[in-house]
Amino acid sequence: MSFVGRRLLQLIPVAVGCTIVVFFLIHLIPGDPARTILGIHATPQRIALLHKQWGLDRSLAAQYWLFLDRLLHFNLGTSLIYGTGTSTLIWQRLPVTLWLIVYATVLAVVISVPLAMIAATRQNAMRDQAVRAVPLIGLGMPPFWVAFLLIYFFGIKLHWFPVGGYGQGFFGHLRSMFLPALVVAIALSPVVIRSLRASMLNVLGADFITTAKSKGVGGPRLFWRHVLRNAVIPAVTVLSINIGFLIGGTVVVEQVFALPGVGQLMLNSIFQRDFPVVQGVTLAFAILVVLVNLLADMAYAALDPRVSFDR
Amino acid sequence: MSITAGAGDQFAPTGGALVEMSPRPADRGVQARRATWYKNPALMAGLIITGIVLIAAIIAPLITFYNPITQNLTDALQGPSAAHWLGTDQFGRDTWTRLVYGARLDLRIAFIAVLFPFTIGVVLGSIAGYFGGWADTIIMRVVDVVVAFPFYVLLIALVFVLGPGARSIYIAITLVGWVSYARIVRGEILVAKRQEYVLAAQSAGLSNTRIMGRHLLPNVISQAIIYGMSDIVQDILAIVTLGYLGLGIPPPAAEWGSMINGGQNFLSTHWELTTFPGLAVILVGLGLSLIGDGLADILRPGQ
Repeated sequence: MSFVGRRLLQLIPVAVGCTIVVFFLIHLIPGDPARTILGIHATPQRIALLHKQWGLDRSLAAQYWLFLDRLLHFNLGTSLIYGTGTSTLIWQRLPVTLWLIVYATVLAVVISVPLAMIAATRQNAMRDQAVRAVPLIGLGMPPFWVAFLLIYFFGIKLHWFPVGGYGQGFFGHLRSMFLPALVVAIALSPVVIRSLRASMLNVLGADFITTAKSKGVGGPRLFWRHVLRNAVIPAVTVLSINIGFLIGGTVVVEQVFALPGVGQLMLNSIFQRDFPVVQGVTLAFAILVVLVNLLADMAYAALDPRVSFDR
Repeated sequence: MSITAGAGDQFAPTGGALVEMSPRPADRGVQARRATWYKNPALMAGLIITGIVLIAAIIAPLITFYNPITQNLTDALQGPSAAHWLGTDQFGRDTWTRLVYGARLDLRIAFIAVLFPFTIGVVLGSIAGYFGGWADTIIMRVVDVVVAFPFYVLLIALVFVLGPGARSIYIAITLVGWVSYARIVRGEILVAKRQEYVLAAQSAGLSNTRIMGRHLLPNVISQAIIYGMSDIVQDILAIVTLGYLGLGIPPPAAEWGSMINGGQNFLSTHWELTTFPGLAVILVGLGLSLIGDGLADILRPGQ
């Protein structure tokens, strides 16, 4: 069987597990979920209706089956506030979140590669120590706090970038989403810098570099052709491992910058106690992570001839 | 039984035995570095920073002069002064006082919160790695499911359904956080269980529990502890983020996240209200990361 086929088969238990987790979210609510969701002023009729709608009056297995049946018809539930399907709401907001994820990944690479290069080319020198201090501070910075610093300096003081919103058109997005993407990139770069520096040091010590040097290859050519190409693969792995962290980080950042993405939908639904949407969005995020991981694995196998998944 | 146990123990790398058995220079380096742990600059710097914050949190009533919760609207939104070192917030509460009491709350929750996923992850990871087979399959499939969810998404969803408060944070962090420890410990055990000292203990007829607890765990736990240091930093960030979103510890409790949330409306005029709680988080993160780096330096062989 092909690599892609087997990889898809492996996804089945994970997908089933994700639906179970999301299904059980509703049963973690203390007390009667319908009463908690509708609030203390709900009439008994409305509560009874919700019980019937969600099958809360039936056995757990029957409820899960109902839930699964809805999902198989691409129905992620209906919003209690908007009255529209959760999948429609997510679909409308997905472009913003995808924009943010891709933009942030690009910025993270733009920040990390030069810093890792500066550090690795002169191990233990002043500049290496300085770069190694970046993760120590960077890992402890709350992303939403970094967002406020950037809003204060680049938005309020310098007026370089808008302090919120999605913008119009491609270049509008590029400008409006620069600060949000930068925040996510800053949160992500410490891990990327760390692994990229370590893998560059590894490559620099490898035999083929010595060979290349002995053949007279040096300077930028050595770096771009021999070192970076080989050091980038572990960095891609680190990026794909942290895709969950990256995507989760967009939730808070979208909130701070008032970006109409899926993360903002989740938080707004939480504040409005719109439970079906929270449930649907949680599952949608898991699907997104699983899909991105699948893509990363496939790209990885295609890019690196040494990687073979046929064992 | 005690004789066989003794024979097995001889192979455990607790004393100098292992160094002589495998005279790799790296192992002697570990011994030397462990003996002189206080000379490790990263570890010492981290211990000092974290220690100062912890002591400040513990003696909070002695180094602050106001109540962190009582409102005093006549003193609202003052800049730093002799009376209020870091100024006051929109309710006239002293920022320095709230910062110190915030350390109390955030650090206490973070340090307690890290214990549950650590313990559960280490136990499940050991079982998966040591026994393999169906136990491994089941545990690792559950791990796959948990990591499929973005950390913050699952955390926020769990805290939302469980309701606000510290208890929900503990449960949510435990359910989401144990998987990393399980993965790390499982990986370490898979390597360690093929080593001579484990095979010797097995052939000496020691029980699996004893081999895991007395022989394997002491050798693999250091990786989990090193990860735990960065995990506490992540947990503090998570608690602060939940507080900022209004999902964590409910106000008016002094908490760094809700302090930043309160300050965001005054960003253009009173930037210090958001800045200082953030700096406090960074300081703690720096201290714990340095401890983690120092420990990694001391405990990891051959680096």
